[in-house]
Amino acid sequence: MSAPASARVAFSPRRVGAMVLRYWYLLRSSWPRVLDLIYWPTVQMLMWGFLQLYVSQHSSFFSQAAGTFIGAVLLWDILFRGQLGFSISFLEEMYARNLGNLMMSPLRPGEFVLALMIMSIIRLAIGMVPVSLLAIAFFGFNLWGMGIALAVFFMNLILTSWAIGVFVAGILLRHGLGAENMAWTFMFLFLPVTCVYYPVSVLPAWLQTIAWMLPPTYVFEGMRALLIDKVFRADLMAQSFALNAVLFAAAVVGFFLYLRSARREGTLLQGGD
Amino acid sequence: MLAPSAAHVPVAVDRLVKVYKTVTAVNGVTFVLESGSCTALLGGNGAGKTTTIATLMGLVEPTSGRVSVLGARMPRQRHLVLHRMNFESPYVNMPMRLTVRQNLTVFGLLYGCADVADRIRSLAEDLDLADFLDRPTGKLSSGQKTRVALAKSLINEPELLLLDEPTASLDPDTADWVRGRLEQYRRRRQATVLLASHNMGEVERLCDRVIMMKAGRIEDDDTPPRLLARYGRRNLEEVFLDIARGTREAREAAQ
Repeated sequence: MSAPASARVAFSPRRVGAMVLRYWYLLRSSWPRVLDLIYWPTVQMLMWGFLQLYVSQHSSFFSQAAGTFIGAVLLWDILFRGQLGFSISFLEEMYARNLGNLMMSPLRPGEFVLALMIMSIIRLAIGMVPVSLLAIAFFGFNLWGMGIALAVFFMNLILTSWAIGVFVAGILLRHGLGAENMAWTFMFLFLPVTCVYYPVSVLPAWLQTIAWMLPPTYVFEGMRALLIDKVFRADLMAQSFALNAVLFAAAVVGFFLYLRSARREGTLLQGGD
Repeated sequence: MLAPSAAHVPVAVDRLVKVYKTVTAVNGVTFVLESGSCTALLGGNGAGKTTTIATLMGLVEPTSGRVSVLGARMPRQRHLVLHRMNFESPYVNMPMRLTVRQNLTVFGLLYGCADVADRIRSLAEDLDLADFLDRPTGKLSSGQKTRVALAKSLINEPELLLLDEPTASLDPDTADWVRGRLEQYRRRRQATVLLASHNMGEVERLCDRVIMMKAGRIEDDDTPPRLLARYGRRNLEEVFLDIARGTREAREAAQ
């Protein structure tokens, strides 16, 4: 028999690698998929960059706070594209009607989720690295110049994006492609409340309470503190990590509850709407 | 751990019930499959065949009853045995943009094949895939896609093979070819096969036992020759119709 006993181990990097390879094959076979990863972040960055340029010419505050808009849009893209990269890879299985094959294989849910996380980083890198270089060329804004702060911002944002991706994957397992729009729009709930483009103080008091319950709010506040006040707020990042840990744990619990429900309702084999 | 007594029995289903909200798809089904046997699960649309097979695969949680596959309780212990079984079903596809080789490589790795390239070479030889191994799966004809799906289902040389309509939508020549390969595989590997099909010729050729389902229950369960004798029919299609329509012959046979 060609399947050894190791095939039943609890966690197999080989199976994770197999799934990453599957998505890599898919990306390689389709240039529109690759183009799509770069196209929209570029459009966003150019639009907000030129807006920032225009505003800074007419406002002494914004001329001091160079890069806050471009910085915000690039960090927002990490959050949004991170989740989208996760969810689209998952949706590819539903579009291909391949979910039954995977669910019936020795692939474990945790391995599947890890492969989707890796793919979200790969897809993000393909989209964001060229765009961040374009931001230097067009506006002199060097995202990489944030150094260690960027790494901390990135880790916090990607954790949030994975948490949302895991939760949405659970919904898709349970409700099929009828819930597809959740994958595309869920993160937009975060856009106004996490204060991507403005400080939390702008929000009404009751909404500020909600904003501070969401990990990305701390990252965007931290980014503004870094770009405007030239201060790295480690306290904000620590709070963001703590909230992310809670959010991710809740998302994983939600995913497994949805998976169980999908087994009860028999939706794993259908995957349709 | 696997139950030691059940480890030799490929499939044991005991009083399986599956209710979807208000619809009872499977209602108290009990059967055991012998090692190396080929059994057909027959029944009209909505008889409960697919739900029964999906439960064996661990994709559906029973409402009540017990399902044991290769000694593992399904779906709770499925990860102990999923690498020893496989399936083919019209409800799933292989990813269309990937080439046949890429798809088989991914599944070979998922199923823990020791030498994936060698296994693909061997399957390509057995199933005549060599000419289109490097073509996108979506560009293949129905017959070629079925051969690829069959290759995927044999990639780990499963001890238990679950087949849901393996020759649906194939021309008679290709369907016959697929049946030949399945027979060959079962003999060589001494594999246990459970087959859901609407093609009675296929069932007569491949299966040594037939389980007839209707409205979620087992209506009859025997070898093809004994079923033919009991219903006084010349072929399984007539037996199938008797059971599906609840004719006098079916009622008498049941008594």
